[in-house]
Amino acid sequence: MSTLYFTEDHEWISVDGDTATVGITDYAQQQLGDVVFVEVPEAGKVLTKGDEAAVVESVKAASEVYAPVSGTVTEGNADLADAPAAVNEDPMGEGWFFKLTLADAGELDDLMDPAAYESFVKGLE
Amino acid sequence: MSPATPTPTLTGNRGLHIEEPLIFEQGHPDKCGVDLPEPADKPDRLGGLARSGPIGLPGLSEPEVVRHYTRLSQKNYAIDSGFYPLGSCTMKHNPRLNERLARLPGFADLHPFQPEATVQGALAVMHRLSAWLLGLTGMEAVALSPGAGAHGELCGMQAIRAALDARGDDGRRVVLVPDSAHGTNPATAALCGFRVRGIPGDARGRVDLAAFKAALDDGVAGVMLTNPNTCGLFETDILALSEAVHAAGAYFYLDGANFNAIVGRVKIADLGVDAMHINLHKTFSTPHGGGGPGAGPTVLSPALAPFAPLPYVVHDGAGYRLVEHVEGNARPFGRMKGFHGQFGVFVRALAYIMSMGRDGLHRASGDAVLNANYLLARLGEALTPSFEGPCMHEALFDDRFLKGTGVSTLDFAKAMLDEGFHPMTMYFPLVVHGAMLMEPTETESRDSLDAFCDAVLALAAKAKAGDAAFFTHAPRHTPRRRLDETRAARHPVLRWEPPAPTRAAE
Repeated sequence: MSTLYFTEDHEWISVDGDTATVGITDYAQQQLGDVVFVEVPEAGKVLTKGDEAAVVESVKAASEVYAPVSGTVTEGNADLADAPAAVNEDPMGEGWFFKLTLADAGELDDLMDPAAYESFVKGLE
Repeated sequence: MSPATPTPTLTGNRGLHIEEPLIFEQGHPDKCGVDLPEPADKPDRLGGLARSGPIGLPGLSEPEVVRHYTRLSQKNYAIDSGFYPLGSCTMKHNPRLNERLARLPGFADLHPFQPEATVQGALAVMHRLSAWLLGLTGMEAVALSPGAGAHGELCGMQAIRAALDARGDDGRRVVLVPDSAHGTNPATAALCGFRVRGIPGDARGRVDLAAFKAALDDGVAGVMLTNPNTCGLFETDILALSEAVHAAGAYFYLDGANFNAIVGRVKIADLGVDAMHINLHKTFSTPHGGGGPGAGPTVLSPALAPFAPLPYVVHDGAGYRLVEHVEGNARPFGRMKGFHGQFGVFVRALAYIMSMGRDGLHRASGDAVLNANYLLARLGEALTPSFEGPCMHEALFDDRFLKGTGVSTLDFAKAMLDEGFHPMTMYFPLVVHGAMLMEPTETESRDSLDAFCDAVLALAAKAKAGDAAFFTHAPRHTPRRRLDETRAARHPVLRWEPPAPTRAAE
C-alpha cells in the first residue's frame, strides 16, 4: 500500500516501504503547458533532498524537478524521452519521472499529504 | 466571409506577401546561375575524393536566387522596420554612422596576425574604448575580449575564482543568484565550478535583504546580481548588499545587461562591484539578435584587476601595444578568445560613444527610463503592473488583467503581431505570472509609443469584453498563422527531404 506526499514545488512522491516514485502534479503540468522534453536521472544517482533531479521543458518554460527526499535513484522513466506528452496526459501515472530508494524516511514528515496540498494549491489561485 | 478568413488567392500570395518555397523546392539540377567552360583534361589531383554522384544542391538562375533571398528578407521584422519592445534585450536604433566607420578599409580589412606597427589605429580604438568603459564605470581594469554577455560573465566569474584560488580560499564554492536573474547567471556559475543558491525576491520586486544576509556564509564565493534587475527595478539596497558581500569575504558580480538604464549616471565602482560585463551590442547600439555578433567586455575592481585575462592594450613611448604575455605582477587567469575580441563591434561602440559624448549618454539613459515610465503610466490602468513604479528602462506587467477572459499572455502577443508590433518579452522574468516585459529604449518617439499604447489598450479592452476567440485565432495577417509549437518541439523537422521520385508506369 503506497502513501502519497506532495511538495511546495508541485512534485508528488508515492512511497511504498523504502521505495518511492516521483513525478510532477496535475497543477504543475497545467502551469507548464505542453511538455516537450524531459530529462530524468539515471539509476544509481545519489540525490540529496533539494537537489536538481530532473529537467522538464514545456513550450513556455524549462524547469527543474527537485528531489523531494534524499535517496538513490533506481530507475528513470525512459519512456518520457519519446513521449513527453505523458506528463500532461497522466502526470500521476504514466508520466512519473523516477523511482528511488529512500535514505531517510524521516524526511517525509516535512511533506504535505493530499489534503494539505489541495488547500496549498487553492491558496495559489 | 468573415474578415478572419480572407479569400484565398490562386498563388497563395497575399498582395506583396509572396508565398516563398524553400530554395531546394524551387531548384532544378539542369539550371545554373553561371556558365563556365568545362576544364581541360587535367590529371586528377583529388586523390580519389572526387564526387561520385550529385549532392542535391539546388540549381537556380541568378535572378531567382536574388528574389528568393530578397523575399525571405521581407519577412523579417527588425528595429529598422518597426518598434521592437523586447524587454531584457534592448533593441535600439543602430546609427548608420557606426556602420560607416566599421566599414573603413583600415578597420574592416585587418588581420589579427598583422604586425603591430601596421594596426596602430585599430589598437588606438581598443585603447580609447577601454578608457571610456573604465571612465563610465570607475573600475580598475577591462578585458575587451569576451564575445558577448554570457562570455563576459564567464570572464568575471573566472577572475573571482582566480582571486579565491590565489588566496588559498578553495572552500568557497557557492554563488548566490536571485530568483529574477538572467538564466545565464546560474549557468555561468555552474560552468566555473560553483554551486548556485537562489535568493528570493521581496514584495517590491527587489532582492530580500534579510534573506540575502542570512544566505551569506564562509562558503559563499560571490553573488551575481543584475541592476536594474530583470523586473526593470533599481535594487535600492544595493549598497547594503555589496557591503554585506564584502564583509562575508565574497565578491560582487554585477550583470551589466541593463547598464543602458544607468550609463552616465551611476559609477559602477561606487556600488562596490568587483566585476561587471558590458553588452556593447545593447548599451552602445550595435546590431545584434541574429543580426550580428555581440561583445561583452568585462570591467574589474582593484581586487580582481591582477587576474584580468590577456590580451589588453597599453600605450607607451613606442605607440600602442597589445600585451599578450604576463608582465609585471599581473596574474592573468588566461585568455577568453584565440584573438582579441569582436573588433567590428568595438569600432561601432566607440563611434556611438564618441558621437553621443558624455552628455549624450547621460541623456540617452534618461530617455530610455522616461519612455519605459511613459508605457507604465499609459498602460498601468488597463494592464496590471507587477510592481509599484517608477520603473527603470523596462516596464513589467503580468496577466492578472486577463484573469477570467480565456486569453493568455501568448494569445495577447499573437494579436499584437496583427497590429504590426513585435511583441514584448513574454513569460520572463519567471517571478511573475504570465509576464509581459516591455523595453521601448530611447529610440522611440512619443508618437510611436502612443501608437503602440493605443493598440495595446484596444486589445486589452477587447479581451476584457470577452472576445477570447479573436485572440486564440490570432495572428491572421502574418505570413504564417498560429504555429503548432508543441508539435514543432516534439517532432521537429530539421531537414528537407526530396520528394520520392515518381514511379514510371510499368
